[in-house]
Amino acid sequence: MFKTLRQIAATGLVTEPAPDADRGLRLRDALQARILGIMGRALCIRAVDAGSCNGCELEIHALNNPIYNLEGQGIRFVASPRHADLLLVTGPVSRSMEAALLATFEATPEPRLVVAIGDCGCTGGVFGEGYASCGRVSNVIPVDVAVPGCPPSPLSIMSGILSAIAPGADDGLQPRTNPAAVDRP
Amino acid sequence: MAAHKWFELAGPVAGAPGVSGLEVEPEQWSAAALDIAAAGGRLVALWAEAAVGGGAMLRAAYAAEPGLLILSLGLADHRAEYPALHEIYPAAGRMQRAVADLSGPVARGMDRRPWLRHAAWPTGFLPLASGAQPEAPMAAVVDDYQFVRVTGDGVHEIAVGPVHAGIIEPGHFRFSVVGEKLLRLEERLGYVHKGIERRFADMPLTSAHALAARVSGDSAVAFSWAYCQAVEGMARTALPPRAAWLRALALELERLANHLGDLGALGNDAGFAFGLSQFSRLKESLLRLTEAALGQRYLMDFVVPGGVAVDPAPATLQKLAEFATALPADVSRLRQVYDEHAGLRDRFSEAGRVTAELALRLGLTGLAGRASGQAFDLRCDLPCHPYDALQPVKIGAREGDVAARVAVRFDEAAESCRLVARIVARLPDGDCRAALPDVPDGALGVGFIEGWRGPVFMAVSAGPGGSIRRCHPQDPSWQNWPVLEHAVVDNIVPDFPLINKSFNLSYSGHDL
Repeated sequence: MFKTLRQIAATGLVTEPAPDADRGLRLRDALQARILGIMGRALCIRAVDAGSCNGCELEIHALNNPIYNLEGQGIRFVASPRHADLLLVTGPVSRSMEAALLATFEATPEPRLVVAIGDCGCTGGVFGEGYASCGRVSNVIPVDVAVPGCPPSPLSIMSGILSAIAPGADDGLQPRTNPAAVDRP
Repeated sequence: MAAHKWFELAGPVAGAPGVSGLEVEPEQWSAAALDIAAAGGRLVALWAEAAVGGGAMLRAAYAAEPGLLILSLGLADHRAEYPALHEIYPAAGRMQRAVADLSGPVARGMDRRPWLRHAAWPTGFLPLASGAQPEAPMAAVVDDYQFVRVTGDGVHEIAVGPVHAGIIEPGHFRFSVVGEKLLRLEERLGYVHKGIERRFADMPLTSAHALAARVSGDSAVAFSWAYCQAVEGMARTALPPRAAWLRALALELERLANHLGDLGALGNDAGFAFGLSQFSRLKESLLRLTEAALGQRYLMDFVVPGGVAVDPAPATLQKLAEFATALPADVSRLRQVYDEHAGLRDRFSEAGRVTAELALRLGLTGLAGRASGQAFDLRCDLPCHPYDALQPVKIGAREGDVAARVAVRFDEAAESCRLVARIVARLPDGDCRAALPDVPDGALGVGFIEGWRGPVFMAVSAGPGGSIRRCHPQDPSWQNWPVLEHAVVDNIVPDFPLINKSFNLSYSGHDL
């Protein structure tokens, strides 16, 4: 126990005092203010791997490390779509995950947001479309924001979440509009 | 016939060191499998491809004392039957089902339930043997898979997945339990099958390394190196020494990043969030230094045919070496905390035990195998350059429980730190990339690289004009997923996430 406490004290607060942290810090604080302003409470995210290579998942995990500390800002990853405001979907969507992704989307209460993560989620990526791949996420469910990158950095994922919550925000982080989003009920 | 006789009959195959190949008749197919098993050999891969002169060619790769042996069995047509391997090598069971789903050949007496094929494409379509893809996409339906039922007083089922509660890949687990006790686990995988093998055949040999790196994103270096090793072997390219050493640097950084992530996650899964915070902080530092030196946090595009994509600046390498030199002290301090934590000890020890005997029988491989007395590591047993010069220390344990898999990760992380510092200190000067000559049509190359999870296998057959006829990746998760079903028996349901994490197997690398 003593060693644990000593280690915690010796580590100190590591949340983004690191180099090139300015943007990260600004993003995260802006994100929290925006969420509280719009929703008045925490933002709950359900991550869905709809066919990814697992690369994007590694960077989504990083959002919860003490450097980016997303959960410390009231953005929580939840275990059920029924508790979620936003779906973070990685893909290409495999044909064998299509039904599960649709069911997850249907189970998420409205108003719901969808952020597609990674080159594959945006375009189908290196896997494309074929007998077993539906390609981009918006081929299966409506997407509000798509975040490119292979995998996108934790900062890109954060700014994607921000763009989804506050389209057209004047912080230089332009949301990517997706044709599929227009068709939303 | 003794196993080494089969190796003596075989001719050399291009690519990884110690690979040879032999074309056999059906009776030799079975006899060789038995002989190699008797000598303690292991099944590495099983796949089929369209034979050049028509029909199909079935291939199996075995690792045994002298090296890696590829046996090829010609089949008259795509739906032909062949002698089954699953009674000799239990890991062959699912591989045979995948071969039937994708290429057509059927093993006599095999489990006829589809494995990688869900309801996504019609039964008559063989993704790796049929010509055109099905035109109309199938509707998004869920098929009715026949799980094995456990009956008895108080037995009930818990169905989990494919969408899991955490941020992990999709798959389905069917638990049969009494109270909290697990009687049986049946896995159903294939949810992230996205047609990787067919996709390879649409790509030129010189650019498919990008797809290889994305077979399993956490093992990008291992898969892309294995792919390039096969292609460079077929093209008879000598890898520039600096490129080889930089690949080893990348592979050890990948191992280290995954081990640090897993060590934190394992603490967290046992209710010790401190571990996750500490290890994910160290992992983030490592990823940033990796990006500064080699251009990416995760090295998806670093290994390219003929060499590596980036020649790092000396100052950034020096920073990596300093970090790797200092890291073992940090990690061993955390290890002491883990070791002395009564709650962790209680959760880790005895959980998910795979005895050495069971591991040998089922063919448990890689990191999990080394924690159960299966002392195989390609970096030591069949080293490609520069591992012959680096001489890594082989890590192992015998207990086979979660604690042993944690201990192996701690020891391997320390060894990888040592290797990183050593590589930076001894990095040869020179070019980072060699030109790649044309690859002859019909050539076969094999890559075999020890990724962080275990040995990553890649077989590449060249087509005309620099095309790919067939490329088959085999992740060590194929061998280890079935063993997880055994590891959890008689444990309690709440220990499943911890046991599963201690194996940390790939879904994408398995489902392809």
